[in-house]
Amino acid sequence: MEKQLDLLQGTLDMLILKAVSLGPLHGYGILLRIEQVSKERLEIQQGSLYPALYRLEHQGWIVSEWRASENNRKAKYYRLTAAGKRRLQAETEKWNRMADVIAGILGTTREEV
Amino acid sequence: MTLWSRLRSWLQATLGRSRMESEMDAELRFHMETYAADLVRSGVAPAEAMRRARIEFGGIDRAKEECREARGVHFLETLAQDVRYGLRTLRKSPGFTVVAVLTLSLGIGANTAIFSVVNGVLLKPLSYPHPDRLVAIAESSPPFDAGSISYPDFVDWTKMNHTFDALAAYRHGDFTLTGAGDAQHLKVTEVSASFFPLLGIRPVIGRDFAPDDDTVAAAPTLMLSEQLWRAKFGASPEIIGKSLNLDGRAYTVVGVVPGNFYFCCESMNFELGDAYTPIGNQNADWVTDRGTNPGIFAVGSLRANVTLSQARADMDAVSRNIPVVYPKWKNHSSRAVLFPLVERMAEGVKGTLLILLAAVGFVLLISCANVANLLLARATGRAREFAVRAALGATRRRVVRQLLTESLLLAFTGAILGIALARWGTQAGLKALPATLPRANDIGVDLRVLMFTLTVSILGGLFFGLAPALRSSRPNLHDTLKEGARGAGGARHRRMQAVFVITELALAVILVICAGLTLRSLTRVWIVDPGFDPRNILAFDLSLPPSVGKQSPQQVRAFLRRLPEEVAAIPGVQTVSLSDGAEPLGGDSEMSFWLEEQPKTKIHNPLTMSYLVSPDYLKVMKIPVIRGRFLSATDTEETHLVGVIDTVFAQTYFPNQDPIGHFVRLAYKDTPVEIVGVVAHVKQWGLDETGAEPIQVQLYTLAEQMPDPWMQWLATAATFNVRTESPNYPTADTIRSALAGVNSEQVAYNFESAEHVIAQSLAARRFTAILMGFFAAGALLLASIGIYGVMSYVVGQRTHEIGVRIALGASRADVLRIVLGDGATLAFAGVALGLCAAFPLTQLIASMLFGVRPHDPLTFVTVATLLTFSALAACYIPARRAMRVDPMVALRHE
Repeated sequence: MEKQLDLLQGTLDMLILKAVSLGPLHGYGILLRIEQVSKERLEIQQGSLYPALYRLEHQGWIVSEWRASENNRKAKYYRLTAAGKRRLQAETEKWNRMADVIAGILGTTREEV
Repeated sequence: MTLWSRLRSWLQATLGRSRMESEMDAELRFHMETYAADLVRSGVAPAEAMRRARIEFGGIDRAKEECREARGVHFLETLAQDVRYGLRTLRKSPGFTVVAVLTLSLGIGANTAIFSVVNGVLLKPLSYPHPDRLVAIAESSPPFDAGSISYPDFVDWTKMNHTFDALAAYRHGDFTLTGAGDAQHLKVTEVSASFFPLLGIRPVIGRDFAPDDDTVAAAPTLMLSEQLWRAKFGASPEIIGKSLNLDGRAYTVVGVVPGNFYFCCESMNFELGDAYTPIGNQNADWVTDRGTNPGIFAVGSLRANVTLSQARADMDAVSRNIPVVYPKWKNHSSRAVLFPLVERMAEGVKGTLLILLAAVGFVLLISCANVANLLLARATGRAREFAVRAALGATRRRVVRQLLTESLLLAFTGAILGIALARWGTQAGLKALPATLPRANDIGVDLRVLMFTLTVSILGGLFFGLAPALRSSRPNLHDTLKEGARGAGGARHRRMQAVFVITELALAVILVICAGLTLRSLTRVWIVDPGFDPRNILAFDLSLPPSVGKQSPQQVRAFLRRLPEEVAAIPGVQTVSLSDGAEPLGGDSEMSFWLEEQPKTKIHNPLTMSYLVSPDYLKVMKIPVIRGRFLSATDTEETHLVGVIDTVFAQTYFPNQDPIGHFVRLAYKDTPVEIVGVVAHVKQWGLDETGAEPIQVQLYTLAEQMPDPWMQWLATAATFNVRTESPNYPTADTIRSALAGVNSEQVAYNFESAEHVIAQSLAARRFTAILMGFFAAGALLLASIGIYGVMSYVVGQRTHEIGVRIALGASRADVLRIVLGDGATLAFAGVALGLCAAFPLTQLIASMLFGVRPHDPLTFVTVATLLTFSALAACYIPARRAMRVDPMVALRHE
């Protein structure tokens, strides 16, 4: 089995925003969605998920409400706000630029210098 | 948006603490149970599934704690913890706490007290309807920029303006009430019918004046003040409709003005009356004469949404229109001048109050610097505590917060004491204050004052707490933990303490210089020669019954001659004079004149202060005669008219020539008045008169020589000046019974010695000087304590070093010199800085000074010396202690 990657510092927030941007989810659902979308290559510390959720809610990027879950229990669902949407967009752009730059640097061959 | 959501989530987290906790539990439980259920579905045994779910989740409590932190729940808890800890620390060092709190409460208390006065007098809206729309109105007519208003002008302004809801005029009047017990003098304020409605005053009983009452044709009406109604008429409601006899005219009482009615405008001549009567109903020439300005002023209520400048433009147009409408007055150049009422009310005291506020601000800064120094010294003792905390992982921010909490605790405790001090202080101060402070009833501790005190305490707490906190939160761990007792960073501490002490001394220098200048001004005013000899003079007013005025002019003259004679017969009385018109340091009265040599101009002949006197006036007042003679008993209505001028009149109108033998013309006299003498100038406008007052020239004429038609007017009232052998003045009753022999219906009132009048005129100045002196003394004391504290600290720190020096052979004198030298450096630096800062700053109080320049060298040098010596004296005590250091003890201490 391929070794799971540790999460880069500060990227959990971005992943959560992305996960809830696809539709309201409860905490466990967010976890599952990230793992599913990443094809199980990312492992998230379950305990660190909730402080991140609370922080994002505190900052106003997501909001929560209690409603019935798929197995008919009450669960707290998180949903992206307009501000969160903008934030996600900005973060995504930043990430892509960063990834390009770093990939460029790492891909440099001797001849190109 | 995000700020709001943060606040909301913080509020929810803080206020809905238990709900948040239970929701958090539910959420985490849901997570684990759902995960466990998934595990079960993938074939794990249920008991094992729950266990694995828990393990994989990680530390639940830590996660919860991080969640709480993420939502800012910690703020309040940390605060509560800091407060508890702070209280405990402060309780452990009661000496420090008491000194710090007392110092702060003095600073904060003084600020609260002065601010509560500033608030009541300058800031609070007036307690009338639409206070912001109220405007004070005067009239500019040369040479007065804002003088009294002519009544016909007022009436026309009311009719012609487009910017006011209402205008109301008032004027002070003196009347004699007869036929209700003993004859009694009443202050009757004449007001227009619009006056009480404009100020929102409703009568206690009865009605206020109707516009119909406010006309010449109406039957005279009267409103009593509640005070008079209670004192004289036993608060009987029967009084309404009753008739009272004032100056021989029957007035019907229509209502009672509530006792809490307050209005004041010292610069515009308003006095609360014993009673009120309609101004337009007065039986006097000025009601119809546009050229007379009989002491009337006005207030107006602007229409909604009209600005003061719009009203000014409107009233300017109205004023300009008057000569057009009345061709007879085509040269009438008077204009309405408008001021916000609230400003006009505080006119005389605004500058003084702001300066006092600045002074107490300085006192607060000094007390804050003192407490900062105490904290710094204390921080040294606590260096180990901070080092331990830092070593255990406390962040710098955390330690600073803890220390600031302690400072704020000190500040708030100081504030509570300060407010109590301020309440007590203002009450005591207001009692000592002359009744001239406007709006004294509005002074008190209200919400605005509390907000001010709160702000001051927080700023103060941050100011004195921040520097020590920042300093001590960065301990040198290694040194401090290694060697506890003598904390590291002593030099840095000392440097910062030096900065505080120098600042304190500089502030104290500025304050003491200002106080010194104020005090010197007061002594300068005190010794000003008023132009007459105020010792042993008793003055009183007399209102005469209407029966006197009905006699022939000759009889009136005889009567007026007889009155002073009766008073002069009282044992101990030397001379008595009767006067009308202007009184030195009292009311002014002007008369227009022109010189015989110069043609009379149609309008605006020059004005002179006019003293209408009896021949003995000079003997009573002891005004020096410079040339010629004073008026004498041989000048009568039979002989030609004579007058005496003052030196200013002589210099102004007869430069380089002898005025004696020249003639002046007065508007009401057919024949010219011959100048027979020149006397010294009298300080009519007060001892601190600057020479810039509108009217400086003075003219004395004889009351007796007034034309016959004036006798009836002279027979209504007069002022008496009585010169006695000693300050044992005859009592009011003695004088009353002496006068009763002439006529029983006259009323003597306002008994006051001339010296008392002078003292009263200086009361505000004296009060300011006392307060400034008080604050300066406080500043001096605090600054001395400050330098004492620092030097004691330095000596404590250097005990070891001093011990070594002594052991190595330094003499005690050397030690004393070293310590005093350190202190002197601080003192000189502080005093020098203070002198430099005082130089521009004293300019700000220049307007309050009299006879002293803002850069008065004597004051500057004296204060510099005083401060240097007090600072050195404060250093001497720790220096003595250093001198007595026992080298053995000091070394063993190590």
